Amino acid sequence: MGVFVMPSLGSDMESGTLVEWTIKPGDTVKRGDVVAVVETQKGAIEIEIFEDGTVSELTAELGRELPVGAPLAVILKPGEVPPAPPSPPKAQVSESSPASARGLDPVPVASDTAPPLSPPRATHPDASAVSPAARVRARERGLDLGTLSGSGPGGAILLRDVDAAEKAAAIPTSNPLRTGSPIAEMRKAIAAAMTRAKQTIPHFYLSETIDVQPAINFLAERNADRLPAERVLLGALFVQATARSAAKVKSVNGRYADGAFQPSSTVNVGVVVALRGGGLVAPALMDVRSLDLDQTMAGMRDLVSRARAGRLRSSEMTEGTITLSSLGETGAEAMTGVIFPPQVALVGIGAPHIRPWVVGGAVVPRSVVTLTISADHRVSDGRQVARFITEFETLMQDPENL
Amino acid sequence: MTETDFRAGYVQELTRIAPDIEAEDIEDTDHIQDDLELDSMDILNLVTALHARFGVDIPEADYPQIATVELAVAYLSKRAA
Repeated sequence: MGVFVMPSLGSDMESGTLVEWTIKPGDTVKRGDVVAVVETQKGAIEIEIFEDGTVSELTAELGRELPVGAPLAVILKPGEVPPAPPSPPKAQVSESSPASARGLDPVPVASDTAPPLSPPRATHPDASAVSPAARVRARERGLDLGTLSGSGPGGAILLRDVDAAEKAAAIPTSNPLRTGSPIAEMRKAIAAAMTRAKQTIPHFYLSETIDVQPAINFLAERNADRLPAERVLLGALFVQATARSAAKVKSVNGRYADGAFQPSSTVNVGVVVALRGGGLVAPALMDVRSLDLDQTMAGMRDLVSRARAGRLRSSEMTEGTITLSSLGETGAEAMTGVIFPPQVALVGIGAPHIRPWVVGGAVVPRSVVTLTISADHRVSDGRQVARFITEFETLMQDPENL
Repeated sequence: MTETDFRAGYVQELTRIAPDIEAEDIEDTDHIQDDLELDSMDILNLVTALHARFGVDIPEADYPQIATVELAVAYLSKRAA
């Protein structure tokens, strides 16, 4: 039997709010299945499960903000049977048992229907199991005690339950959960992650300006006779070049955890997506080495559209091994980025600019970009990062091979 | 198909790709990159959507011609004819 808990979806996530179950008791789940949606500072994230099994019980209530590690559901391994006999129906409990039994009841979710979209409104059976402070506060705020669920001993309603209910009621459902605006929450999340990165990672930086005219020409020709849905952007070449270079220079690809670098055998490239309302997310495109250029482009389109819609998956938020931040087609010519912990390197690419460039002994106008690698000095030195840059530049000179 | 249809279709696809932009806030001369802050992925998605909706395949070289509502309506009217 396994207890499925609120996962950490970033190094600085403390809690999340469960907003949707996509499973119900009795369902069979496989590793990687999306089982729930959790609202975080970085928007709604689809949570994947890490083991195969059968859903025995959903223990967490929808709409609750829960700390990382809080139990959400009980998953039985294949072949296991539920540990406890089924509880009597809810109504019976309400009539006959004292409030002390309440806290142990399973969350009432009918096994033959989809889970409810709003928090279940359990009726509190015993009016006496309410703390005096909670009773006063509920009266002041006009809340019906019968609709609250208690978190105290034996399910008693405490002051904090009344406060939580009031808070939940005050926030519109379209933006459940958090006190600040989504943008303010996003800024807090970025501030926490970037402050931690700057305080704990000894960054160093190497830059090189590289000719991307071959890549631009290659794409212009390739896209000319393709329908819009099949066109490829320069960013997809950057993602491929990042993955191939990182596969060769292993000290930039992986994560730093528990005082040691853990290199990764796959390259999951976190792609920084700027959100127009403000803020950004960096979901990972998984195992980029296994993708061809069209698949890379399709994967990026999918990631960007889901980032905008707020439907990224937990693995995408946690399993990146290196980050690529590209300023797109217009904008500044260089960017020195901050590493996204616990990763150990970030590839920053400025917008292409036309510059006088020496090609074959003659000065010609070329589109160039400035590539800046931010790297973690606990893990790598200039020599390795210079190798990464050389690899990257070489790959970009023969884009048809990417 | 009239200019009104092209205008409505363009604005609808634009606001679908950039849900934070309100249709009524879009001026005819707003540039999709400079004013509305669409990035290259958004523009590709817009071109893809316009192709699906109007059957007009907009080559990359013509992207500047759909950069504002005004330009796009003229361009689509001509190309769809």
